Amino acid sequence: MIKLPVYLDNNSTTRTDPRVLEVMLPYFTEKFGNSASRNHSYGWETEEGVDLAREQVASVINASSKEIIFTSGATESNNLAIKGVAAMYRKKGNHIITAATEHKAVIDPCMRLERDGGQVTFLPVDKHGLVSPQQVSDAITDKTILVSIMAANNEIGTIHPLKEIGKICKAKGVLFHTDATQAIGKIPLDVEDMGIDLLSMSAHKMYGPKGVGALFVRRKDPRVRIDAMLDGGGHERGMRSGTLNVTGIVGMGMAAEICRKELAPESERLLKLRNRLHEGLTSKLEDIYLNGHPVQRLPGNLNISFAFVEGEGLMMGIKDVAVSSGSACTSASLEPSYVLKALGLGDELAHSSIRFGIGRFNTEEEIDFVINDVVRAVNHLRNMSPLYEMHRQGIDLKTVQWAAH
Amino acid sequence: MAYSTKVLEHYNNPRNVGSFDKDDPMVGTGIVGAPECGDVMKLQIKVNPLTGLIEDAKFKTFGCGSAIASSSLATEWVKGKSLDDALGIRNTEIVEELALPPVKVHCSVLAEDAIKAAIKNLQEKQANSPQAVNS
Ligand SMILES: Cc1ncc(COP(=O)(O)O)c(C=O)c1O
Repeated sequence: MIKLPVYLDNNSTTRTDPRVLEVMLPYFTEKFGNSASRNHSYGWETEEGVDLAREQVASVINASSKEIIFTSGATESNNLAIKGVAAMYRKKGNHIITAATEHKAVIDPCMRLERDGGQVTFLPVDKHGLVSPQQVSDAITDKTILVSIMAANNEIGTIHPLKEIGKICKAKGVLFHTDATQAIGKIPLDVEDMGIDLLSMSAHKMYGPKGVGALFVRRKDPRVRIDAMLDGGGHERGMRSGTLNVTGIVGMGMAAEICRKELAPESERLLKLRNRLHEGLTSKLEDIYLNGHPVQRLPGNLNISFAFVEGEGLMMGIKDVAVSSGSACTSASLEPSYVLKALGLGDELAHSSIRFGIGRFNTEEEIDFVINDVVRAVNHLRNMSPLYEMHRQGIDLKTVQWAAH
Repeated sequence: MAYSTKVLEHYNNPRNVGSFDKDDPMVGTGIVGAPECGDVMKLQIKVNPLTGLIEDAKFKTFGCGSAIASSSLATEWVKGKSLDDALGIRNTEIVEELALPPVKVHCSVLAEDAIKAAIKNLQEKQANSPQAVNS
């Protein structure tokens, strides 16, 4: 028996692993101290919990625990990295390089800096969603202070060549930040080997709790300095004041520990499930297209456009499957996903996209259920799609004059 | 966002899905919307040459559930009506009947446009063809 709806939206958030919850629970009850209380055992025991978590989080990216700053999530980490660097290095320059397909939590802080007089280059991506190291290299000027390129994309799963980009940044003396929110625990990350200076993550994307995250800030070669955004009690070495979210942090530590230990078998298992889903759909449906990179992508991510069917309409037809769509209809803006548009995908295919995010707790049985459900719904909707009808009649939809509204 | 029961009902049991021969002199075809905008509706009416009433209607829609429900409802409502009465169908009535939220009002506008486009197509056809019955 499978529990419905099947949860295949793991790029959006993940279920807290029971092993994570277990280590968190005592910190809600008997271990409730403030980790900054230095004068009694309540404080010491929570500080110990935080220290361990800091080690665990550092280990998953091969950093040192002193380089980890706990935050409320990747949104805050990205904001702190980008605005914090911009403020601290403003005498050196005001130019930031990022990609068109970044998460809004990177794009919007960059746009704010632009409004405040900074300069931002949003690099275009190729049809698979990749920014090349050469593009980064070409965009660097003597005013560039930061390059921010995500490790893996949240919609299409495309994985960037971090090591090559890191090498260029190092050679040119520019700081390198990566939003690794989607990549932690799915692909190996090593801030030393990859030359990463700042790295953002969020616990709830790695089977930890919501509302907690971390920013890695390199301590040597080079020593990176950032201006704080939250001033107050001077927590987190002055970079992020505020009483620590101890329960969340302890949970994030355990989540990171599990990710580190289980990365290899887990990513292999996810890849198998993804291939099963992809092959199942491809063998039963025509005119479906993979969005993102065919191989250089997160093992659990499958983003597919089902031509002639609109994404939100399709999601309504597969109500026993929880996924998300790049279709406009899911947002108030009526604009389809800017990530899919950046790939050069026609708007109609962007409207037809579904993101399947396979995670730790999905099973083969669930994948088989999803294949059948999606195939049924797509056929049902194509049967009532005027576009499918035209396609079957041999009409090239691109030549039709649409009465756009 | 939760859908109203009426939208769900039309989505799950769409009325009058299908196509008529668009070259039939008694058939009017309206195609509105664009794939890049995320919705395209094709609505067809078939008029009885003797009574001048719409005796049948069919639709095909590419779009979200609300777009599908709006066009399904539109085909139901035009049936049995004269062309003039069908032209009187307002999108606001569709919004009300399906309890569409504000972000989905454009689906009802599209359905109203589809009815109008189908009627216009029929009238143009009849004006250009001598053997068509004008009632
Ligand atoms: C790539 C990426 N960056 C940042 C975030 C923001 O994370 P949070 O909402 O936990 O702050 C997300 C999650 O949506 C993400 O996928």
